[in-house]
Amino acid sequence: MTEINAKDGAYNYAYLDEQTKRMIRRAILKAVAVPGYQVPFGGREMPLPYGWGTGGIQVTAAIIGQDDTLKVIDQGADDTTNAVSIRRFFARVADVATTTRTKEATIIQTRHRVPETPLGEGQILVFQVPIPEPLRMLEPRETETRTLHALSEYGVMQVSLYESIARHGRIAKTYNYPVMVNGRYIMSPSPIPKFDNPKLDRSPALQLYGAGREKRIYAVPPHTPVKSLDFDDHPFEIETWEQCCALCGSRESFLDEMIVDDDGQRLFVCSDTDYCERRRDTAEAAE
Amino acid sequence: MTPLLSVKGLTKSFGARVACRDVGFDLWPGEVLGIVGESGSGKTTLLNCLAGRLTPEAGSVAYDSAAYGPVDVHDLSEARRRLLSRTEWGFVNQDARDGLRMGVSAGANIGERLMAVGARHYGDIRAKAADWLDRVEIERDRLDDRPTTYSGGMRQRLQIARNLVSHPRLVFMDEPTGGLDVSVQARILDLLRRLVGTLDLSAVLVTHDLGVARLLTHRLMVMQGGAVVEHGLTDQVLDDPQHAYTQMLVASILPV
Repeated sequence: MTEINAKDGAYNYAYLDEQTKRMIRRAILKAVAVPGYQVPFGGREMPLPYGWGTGGIQVTAAIIGQDDTLKVIDQGADDTTNAVSIRRFFARVADVATTTRTKEATIIQTRHRVPETPLGEGQILVFQVPIPEPLRMLEPRETETRTLHALSEYGVMQVSLYESIARHGRIAKTYNYPVMVNGRYIMSPSPIPKFDNPKLDRSPALQLYGAGREKRIYAVPPHTPVKSLDFDDHPFEIETWEQCCALCGSRESFLDEMIVDDDGQRLFVCSDTDYCERRRDTAEAAE
Repeated sequence: MTPLLSVKGLTKSFGARVACRDVGFDLWPGEVLGIVGESGSGKTTLLNCLAGRLTPEAGSVAYDSAAYGPVDVHDLSEARRRLLSRTEWGFVNQDARDGLRMGVSAGANIGERLMAVGARHYGDIRAKAADWLDRVEIERDRLDDRPTTYSGGMRQRLQIARNLVSHPRLVFMDEPTGGLDVSVQARILDLLRRLVGTLDLSAVLVTHDLGVARLLTHRLMVMQGGAVVEHGLTDQVLDDPQHAYTQMLVASILPV
């Protein structure tokens, strides 16, 4: 565990020192024991700015080992700047194998998406969280939000959904859609589209959420019920598209809209690049 | 019959300054108790102690809860007390902005207590909110407007609706008509009188306006310097004041 990275010798294994990793692991254990509860931890300065995934990186650094295979996605894509640089960071400081294939990964660090390919037992999904407190926009006082969580007083969250229906005719929130974890804590699922919320429910994979700026870790253990909040007469719904993916033809995945020329031509493609490629590979092989 | 609220020996001070000294009274179901006195006499502090918002140094506040039976407000766990305060109690602030959520619509303001105790049907919540707007004489088409677009009197009425929607048994009111012009005051007093009568509410009303006290309350407590100097039926206290301070207070009402 404690061996120095052979490549440059300048850092401890996985960048963080062992005491810090122990502290983060303790926070993770507590978070797993109390699903949805935000555990404070001593967040460290990381070699990238807040908002770029410092929370997720610290969680990944604390749990990664040399046998792991790491996948990093940003908005579903493996090839965006944030994903590429975090993947290279761990390849260098933790000497782990990296992959873009969801099925092969043991740890998937993600920003803003959950992979389309269903996750399995033993996989860990690490979320980068900008604002861990789901009640923050409704109640600015931290002391008060903690009390509301402690006493399970969640009327105010429902008020915000009511307000959304009153103003827009439907629950207009499309990302960071609040969820109730294990019937006890309301949790921010990080800014994933609400399309991904059903994937969190009773997922066989372990979900860890790290917020670097606010120094909070929370978790959803495998097979834990995660319910998206709604009203009886305005049930939770996910986004739908009239188009299918222009590249792989999928009708089940989350689509990004892309403008392809100056005439306003647009194209809908899968946001999950790995899923899209796998589908195209299978289709080619079938031909 | 047991009193709804039974207060004994309540004392609260802020450092060396005593705000309430040895206050005691019983509030019976269906009764409206007025607390009058000049500013700084400890009226609001007393009200906050009764509602569990402040912890007194000495004394007890016994409340006869519908759900839990007789309880001491200050011995309750915070969870219980907060639950009581949003189901069985109401609190009407002097400044409606303190009691309302200014960022969300009137409907959401009224519906908050319903949602807090588990209402999850949008249509029902909205219908109830509209019904309560009617009861406090606000036009239904203002349901989706934010309280920021309301006048002072409408805000106060909205605050009353928001508190009464959960059918509380006991309402604490801190100068509900303070800072409003006379015609609006009259409307709100009218409204309160009607609601107290029809909903079988009990209330503790803090005011410095003897006219308000005369109109709304059954019994009156006069406070001076943190202590109760006179206590009796409202008409009796106002028509035949015994204590020198009460006599001065009654005498200083401006004749119109």
